[in-house]
Amino acid sequence: MTKDELIPKLKTIIAPYIQDEEAFKNLTEETDFVNDLKINSANLVDIILDIEDEFDIRLENEDMEKMLDVKSAMDIINAKLER
Amino acid sequence: MKKRVVITGLGVVAPNGVGVADFTNALKQGKSGITFHQDLKDLNFSCQIGGIPQISKDKISVYFTDLQLRGFNSSGILYGCMAGIDAWKDAGFDMNPESKLDYDTGLIFGTGTSGVEKFREAIYSLDEGNVRRLGSTVVLQTMASGVSAYLSGMLGLGNQVTTNSSACTTGTEALLMGYDRIINGKTKRMLVGSCSDHGPYIWGGFDAMRVMTYKHNENPEEGSRPMSATATGFVPGSGAGAMVIESLDSALERGAKIYAEVLGGEINSGGQRQGGTLTAPNPEAVQRCIEKAIENSGITSNQVQVINGHLTATSKDSLEIENWSKALNRTGNDFPYINSTKSMIGHCLAAAGAIECVASVIQLKEQFVAPNINCSDLHPEIESTVKPDKIPTKAIDVNFDVLAKASFGFGDVNACVVFRKFIKIS
Repeated sequence: MTKDELIPKLKTIIAPYIQDEEAFKNLTEETDFVNDLKINSANLVDIILDIEDEFDIRLENEDMEKMLDVKSAMDIINAKLER
Repeated sequence: MKKRVVITGLGVVAPNGVGVADFTNALKQGKSGITFHQDLKDLNFSCQIGGIPQISKDKISVYFTDLQLRGFNSSGILYGCMAGIDAWKDAGFDMNPESKLDYDTGLIFGTGTSGVEKFREAIYSLDEGNVRRLGSTVVLQTMASGVSAYLSGMLGLGNQVTTNSSACTTGTEALLMGYDRIINGKTKRMLVGSCSDHGPYIWGGFDAMRVMTYKHNENPEEGSRPMSATATGFVPGSGAGAMVIESLDSALERGAKIYAEVLGGEINSGGQRQGGTLTAPNPEAVQRCIEKAIENSGITSNQVQVINGHLTATSKDSLEIENWSKALNRTGNDFPYINSTKSMIGHCLAAAGAIECVASVIQLKEQFVAPNINCSDLHPEIESTVKPDKIPTKAIDVNFDVLAKASFGFGDVNACVVFRKFIKIS
């Protein structure tokens, strides 16, 4: 899935959890979930579950550890979708 | 001299009224909050009636953010936070996520068990091998201290933050524990209270014990009948009550509105001796609890003008009346006015003590005695001890200064608190 297709989907998923509206508005590939969007780290597991549901994939603990920003999230989702 | 402690904020989420204004009206009008519940019938409950606070989705979103409500399924925490926030605002404080941490306010908010429906949801998912998909809030919603964790974060409280649990004594115990902390100079203020979930999973165990009434499924509002000759068991309820209590110095310093004074109280246990069991009270310990509460309050038993009893509408009501009578050494026309808030809201279990303490403070502040709405047929054993006039079935206006409130719980635990109309000079 291209960046342009994926980013809007990701934005919809993470919108309920973000605590920094400004950073969310200016979201790029480099945006970090915790440091930039101020998402409570406990909510990262909820985001993982929402991503699984949206893309019908399964994310392992290792995937979750790597999924810290928009770029890594997109890479992991695409890798799963290609399988 | 002992510090004086006053009540400066109230919050309540009760089956017959949500918010202090609605609840006050309900108490004056003798409004029942007991209704029939189809889910209880469908699940083959003997008792198919209960008390559940009526709260709209719009109202919930005033207290909780959308994020907090994602996957949220804990009615007790919902009620507790609503009552706690209301009490906090009523005391003149605001709720602001950016507020400075307040080291001078602590929180003791009790419950019996937390988030029982969330727990059920989690267990189903877990048993299907889906532990990884439970989400992030199962622990927060099902840990006993969940309500305290949610509330203290919403308000930014920095003194002791904890949860107590002592069955149906919980709310009254929370108040007295907070009172002790202020008296001991550990804090200026405490937000105290308790909450209880609603529904079949919290009520089922009581239905199984056959301690809930099964005779009023057709006429729910008549089901909760404390002190009545035809009382056949309690009606389950749910909700939360909360109070802001603080040292008189602190209240005067910030010009707070004062509802009443907490004169003192006592907490004890009957140790399941001398007739006491896991489910029945040791009468000697109950009497001692009342006597000590009065002694600790610096008054004499003849100064008690109104009693808000525990009085659940089981066969133990007569014993409770006998205990009050012996502890106060008063009978007949000399016996204080007595009522049971449970006639209108049922037995709100872990929330009962806090909701009924709020009801007590409202009656004291507004100078009325709320009715025992289903007690037109007073139990003969009670009538032999107390003149029926003292057990009003309609609200009556009474000028009074002192009210004693007691709560008793499974495990043979007791708590009694004495409230007095606030008079600035002692």
